[in-house]
Amino acid sequence: MTLFYFVAFLSIFFALMTIFTKNPVHSVLYLVITFFTFTVHYILLNAQFLAVVNFIVYMGAIMVLFLFVLMLLNLNKETEPMRSHVVKFMGAIAGMCLLITFLGAFRVLETDTGLVVADPEIGLVKNLGKVLFKDFLLPFEISSILLLTAMVGAVLLAKKETRVKQNG
Amino acid sequence: METAFLLEKLILVVVVFTVTLVIAMYSTLAERKIAGFMQDRYGPDRAGLFGILQPLCDGGKFFFKEEIIPAGAHKQLFVLGPTLAIITACISSAVIPWGQTLTIGDRVISLQVADVNIGVLYIFGVIALGVYGIMLGGWASNNKFSLMGAIRAASQSISYEIGLGLSLIALLMVTGTLSVGEIVAQQTGFLGWNIWVQPLGFLIFITCAFAECNRVPFDLPECETELVGGYHTEYSSMKLGLYMFSEYINMFVSSALMAALYFGGYNFPFMYDLGLSQNWITILGVIAFFIKIFAFIFFFMWVRWTLPRFRYDQLMNLGWKMLIPLAIANIVLTGVITIIKDTYF
Repeated sequence: MTLFYFVAFLSIFFALMTIFTKNPVHSVLYLVITFFTFTVHYILLNAQFLAVVNFIVYMGAIMVLFLFVLMLLNLNKETEPMRSHVVKFMGAIAGMCLLITFLGAFRVLETDTGLVVADPEIGLVKNLGKVLFKDFLLPFEISSILLLTAMVGAVLLAKKETRVKQNG
Repeated sequence: METAFLLEKLILVVVVFTVTLVIAMYSTLAERKIAGFMQDRYGPDRAGLFGILQPLCDGGKFFFKEEIIPAGAHKQLFVLGPTLAIITACISSAVIPWGQTLTIGDRVISLQVADVNIGVLYIFGVIALGVYGIMLGGWASNNKFSLMGAIRAASQSISYEIGLGLSLIALLMVTGTLSVGEIVAQQTGFLGWNIWVQPLGFLIFITCAFAECNRVPFDLPECETELVGGYHTEYSSMKLGLYMFSEYINMFVSSALMAALYFGGYNFPFMYDLGLSQNWITILGVIAFFIKIFAFIFFFMWVRWTLPRFRYDQLMNLGWKMLIPLAIANIVLTGVITIIKDTYF
């Protein structure tokens, strides 16, 4: 339990650092560390597969792409567009509303009832695979079709320019 | 019991770490010797017998060189870059089984640091993390050539990770487990090696491994004819040394991985027919494993001094239009063969 509180503290600390740092590259790096603490959380919950997938997909692929884009843009203080105070104010209010909604939702949920997972080994690859491909086959396949659609859409958007050139 | 276990693992970790570093050191010498052999010259032969002390001289030289951090560079990240590169290179060897078990007294010692049941995914995660060292170093240098190198490294690594992962999926369909220890244990003798059932998968894997290690013909991130030195243009002294070193460690680890996943790891032909005790089989197995690893390291160097470098668009075409469709076809083929085998044999 002490370990959990320590890792939870680290997650929140680095998440806050992500928001408060001025330099966008630092911000991405803090986000990477935040994701790493999530991986540790998953391991503490004995969800090995989720942990390592979080590691590969979020830390290894998505954040690399974030960093990639930031490096290409090369943002710094001079080139950052000045946002008006109205936008900042609106952002703050929207963020607070979200926070209050979450707080209210979690209070209603009453998660501290000592919920025990029926099978503590469910997070291991073998068990998870069996559950996904037997009990939840249809939702699993539908979500994979959704991802495929998104992928095809992304390729189409990237291809658009050359097609217009050929036609015109 | 618990202390003995920890001590045993600690010793194993230290041994693996030392062996990794020594092999990486002598890979630099081997590379130059092999280059010399292929180009019909001697290679380094001044320091010690046959130049055996050359890596030590190079290491010493790296330490005593002036350390320069460019004025426009981002200091912390500039230091973090090579640090991350070497750390990620070193931690990936944790799940490789170096041999079977040794029995000393009444203790049975497994020659694998950690037999986690997601071993293959762990390696994959560490490989995915490896690109951060190069990207951060390249960006923090505040140099256009370094940035170009870093961006090339990032896109190359992401593109070839897909091919690597897909070729591994076909292998996992055959083995039915994600634990590297079990995958190696399944490939007994000589005909049990996974290369016989996954030849295409192995070809894709080794091509992607070359790209992930930034080795010729895919060393675009440090292509010196276009980018001065690529991501490490601004680096000097031991920081440059660490980048070089991490490349050689990556080469060693990926050789070990290929030997373990496709070439039977510590298994060698007739291993159970010789009538030897378990300890001897283990020791011979470790030797066999290292012979396989050295063969792969030699192959890496052989290719380096044989093939010219790819152009960047050729690299991307090969990755996305050749290797990924091939890997998917390999998965489908593996699936069909598995089903046919299960129903008719």
